[in-house]
Amino acid sequence: MSTERIAPPKKRWSWRSQAFRALVYQVLAVAVIGGLVWYLAHNTATNMRQRGIQSGFGFLLGTAGFDIGESLFAFDSSESLLQAYLVGLSNTLRVAVLGIVLTTLLGTLLGVGRFSRNALVRGLCRAYVEAFRNIPLLLQLLMWYLFFTEVLPEAAQAWQIGALFLSKGGLNFPIPVWALGHQLAAGGLVIGLGAAFTWRVRARKLFETDGQTRSMFWAPLALMLAFGVVGWILGGAPTATNPPIRGEFAIENGGALTPEFLALLVGLTTYTAAFVSEVVRGGIQSVSLGQAEAASALGLSQGQSMRLVMLPQALRVIIPPMTNQYLNLTKNSSLAVAIGYPDVVSIANTAINQTGRAVECIALVMLVYLSTSLFTSLLMNWYNARAAIQER
Amino acid sequence: MSTFAVIAARPAPSTSSGALAWCRANLFHDWKTTLGTLVIGLALLAVGPRLLNWALVNAVWSGGYETCQAASGACWAVVHEKFRFILFGRYPHAEHWRALVCTVMLLGLILASCTRAFWRPWLGLVWLAVLPAYFALMHGGFAGLRLVETDLWSGLPLTILLASLSMVMAFPIAVFIALGRRSGMPAIRSLCTVYVELIRGVPLISVLFMASFMFPLLMPQGFNIDVLVRVLAGITLFAAAYMAEVIRGGLQAIPKGQLEAAATLGLSYWQMQRKIVLPQALAMVVPGLMNNFISTFKDTSLVAIVSLYELTGAMGMAMNSDANWRPFRIEGYLFIAVIYFVFCYSMSRYSQWIEAQVNKSKQR
Amino acid sequence: MSTPIIQFDKVNKWYGNSFHVLRDIELNIAQGERIVVCGPSGSGKSTLIRCINRLEEHQQGHLTVDGVELTDDVKAIDDVRKKVGMVFQQFNLFPHLTVLENLTLSPMWVGKLPKKEAEERAMEQLRRVRIAEQAQKYPLQLSGGQQQRVAIARALCLTPKIMLFDEPTSALDPEMIKEVLDVMIEMANQGITMICVTHEMGFAKAVADRVIFMDEGQIVEQNNPHDFFNNPQSERSRDFLSKILGH
Repeated sequence: MSTERIAPPKKRWSWRSQAFRALVYQVLAVAVIGGLVWYLAHNTATNMRQRGIQSGFGFLLGTAGFDIGESLFAFDSSESLLQAYLVGLSNTLRVAVLGIVLTTLLGTLLGVGRFSRNALVRGLCRAYVEAFRNIPLLLQLLMWYLFFTEVLPEAAQAWQIGALFLSKGGLNFPIPVWALGHQLAAGGLVIGLGAAFTWRVRARKLFETDGQTRSMFWAPLALMLAFGVVGWILGGAPTATNPPIRGEFAIENGGALTPEFLALLVGLTTYTAAFVSEVVRGGIQSVSLGQAEAASALGLSQGQSMRLVMLPQALRVIIPPMTNQYLNLTKNSSLAVAIGYPDVVSIANTAINQTGRAVECIALVMLVYLSTSLFTSLLMNWYNARAAIQER
Repeated sequence: MSTFAVIAARPAPSTSSGALAWCRANLFHDWKTTLGTLVIGLALLAVGPRLLNWALVNAVWSGGYETCQAASGACWAVVHEKFRFILFGRYPHAEHWRALVCTVMLLGLILASCTRAFWRPWLGLVWLAVLPAYFALMHGGFAGLRLVETDLWSGLPLTILLASLSMVMAFPIAVFIALGRRSGMPAIRSLCTVYVELIRGVPLISVLFMASFMFPLLMPQGFNIDVLVRVLAGITLFAAAYMAEVIRGGLQAIPKGQLEAAATLGLSYWQMQRKIVLPQALAMVVPGLMNNFISTFKDTSLVAIVSLYELTGAMGMAMNSDANWRPFRIEGYLFIAVIYFVFCYSMSRYSQWIEAQVNKSKQR
Repeated sequence: MSTPIIQFDKVNKWYGNSFHVLRDIELNIAQGERIVVCGPSGSGKSTLIRCINRLEEHQQGHLTVDGVELTDDVKAIDDVRKKVGMVFQQFNLFPHLTVLENLTLSPMWVGKLPKKEAEERAMEQLRRVRIAEQAQKYPLQLSGGQQQRVAIARALCLTPKIMLFDEPTSALDPEMIKEVLDVMIEMANQGITMICVTHEMGFAKAVADRVIFMDEGQIVEQNNPHDFFNNPQSERSRDFLSKILGH
């Protein structure tokens, strides 16, 4: 028996080789796409030259030449376009973050409500979901905008609920006059947060030692608030606020949320909450009934069963589609352009009309949204890998 | 050992069955449920009659705007007065019959394509015949039919046209992209992934802006694209990315063993996809595709931002143009909300029905 | 004769309006008795044992477990569940917790035991079912037979007086059935009250004090295994036995 190794056959580059074919297909695909991209870019360059439009992002440093309806920081028409974009970005984030928090709360309540014992609750939740899911978001935003700008009374006859005023001018609320006490209170809350976490870790250790359950939510929360209150008192217990007061034509003083912001926030929240509730419902349903039965058979109470067995498993199923809904809410905030809220798309639209630089402006907008999506996708992949149920 | 005597089945005692029992179990089971029922019941009683009064009892169903201003209820007369403008938008008044005929034709074709009975080879040919006929009739310019430019096409016909045409065109693109993403060839896989992630990461508005502002720049000199074509292209590209993801989910669900069996039978890649993978995968993802269709249908409302006036845009135009009827915009909004709801809800029920059919066939 | 630990007194249950699943059940089970319940599918045997720990509610009649009558009273139900352990056909282990965590969950949260003690007790039960080396694994990393043994150990951690088995081996591959049955036989010889719904007639012959045959919601026949298998009294029992003992 010969012991020499048989040399592998020489690779023959022929059409019959799979590797060769794959290479050819890929080269063709890249060539076609590359050619198309080159062709389009060439056209664009020619057209832009023809119309005297310059390219490049330098125009962002020029003056904006327009005012922005609302912003978190000061802006006027003499600031740069870049500054305008940042204002737009801050407006988008403002409504997106607040919207995500509110829609999670509302959507979870609705999703859990679908399993309620009470048939009225179940029916109302179902009706809500069907109603808000089957009407376009733009239409809902227009209706909310109509409500906030037409149905509400004039500023002079604003509805008053405690110290809040609701009118066509928006929602006016008292803001505290910023003083030392408030800064210390904020610092106190931060320290309190640390104290709350320490409490939880210690409570867990003690539970494992002697089996007595201790409050893991209310007590740490109280602790955190206590630190905040202590800080506030140390700073002289300032109580001065800047309340809104009914002026002759408008509400003066105080903080304000414009009707555009309110319409966008409420519209986005109520619309996305319908989808979030379906995600939550799917998550709860995904945990098999046998798990709940096993937990009952072991003597766990309803609350313990939910917290220790059902929710951890449901969350693994809920988080990916939930993140998708958060992304949808952020992208849908771009509809602000239809009701006059100055988000980043709205600003880009104005910029295009002013400067004619369509390509750059749209590219900037897409960059903003793409980076948000990418960041969220990465976060979610990391979470998924960490929380996956270990299998063989 | 006693002898065995059969005990016949008896009906359940009345306290555990019937309407009374249902009420007890679902509305008054314990104090928490009862409290909930009382609170909701009171809230409904407070709001319900007032709403009904406004919407139905005190409502004005026809007449002029003075009657509406005088009345305290809803002004459905605005719908009566303006419904042709709302439904057909800027399409010339005398030619509305053409838009109606075309829309009915298209809807009929879509409904036929959804029923099993019509899934024959000639369905494709019917599509190929109907679409040019649609465009010809809507556009006119021959046989005495008045010419109607595409930027005048608006209202409900435009909504249905945009939604269905973009889905039909996006479908083959989506299939290729889904297959590309699952391909073993890295270049093709990356190209498809980049396309999908790029489109899914941005809002539809930016794609529409791109279509509206950038397409003219991308085309060679003197080549003018119709605004309708631009918008349609934008929506199609957008829908294709989402559909590709749904189809990819279906492809992933095909067990590997089937591909291996097909390979041992000597089938080529395309034969395998056509005969084995795609039929199963596509049947599985019909509910997901229906969801895509419902989303696209709702998304068409955005084209008002790029100056095409489909149903929502047409309504805005109808309401804003006539100062007399402006105070009654809410009734107009509710009218088209109901139209959208009817379309979307029926589509979602249809999709649930299909899903039930597919699941039924899976059970032994 | 001492008081039975489980008493069914004219117990009736319906599913919905029309399906009369338990019909006039009269049954007394003494402490330490080992019962096997068998019958065709749909006969109500699973429902019968699920009523004992109130996973199902009966509509008529009285059911008393270790002196506590089972009604809507939440405290009564909690008391009973602390004394009754259950093993399911689908194991129902918690996949997001390790084997050890599965076992210590109830003693810590319900029994208020310190963690150390709970873990000692858990390891003892794992040794008893001969699976101690898998304590840090996750349930889905184990085979079916191993998972079911873990499930048995989990139920035993509560030191129950009564153990219920709902078709414990029906979801297992044939080569794993023996390891689970061996564990059950060992338990049976240690004096715990066992009620087992199963098709494994070998187990019944080896261990049971009484075999109960149910059909269409009622107890057709009950006897010691020897007499039941060799001399069934009822036509229906004979029919059933011929079907399952035939192959």
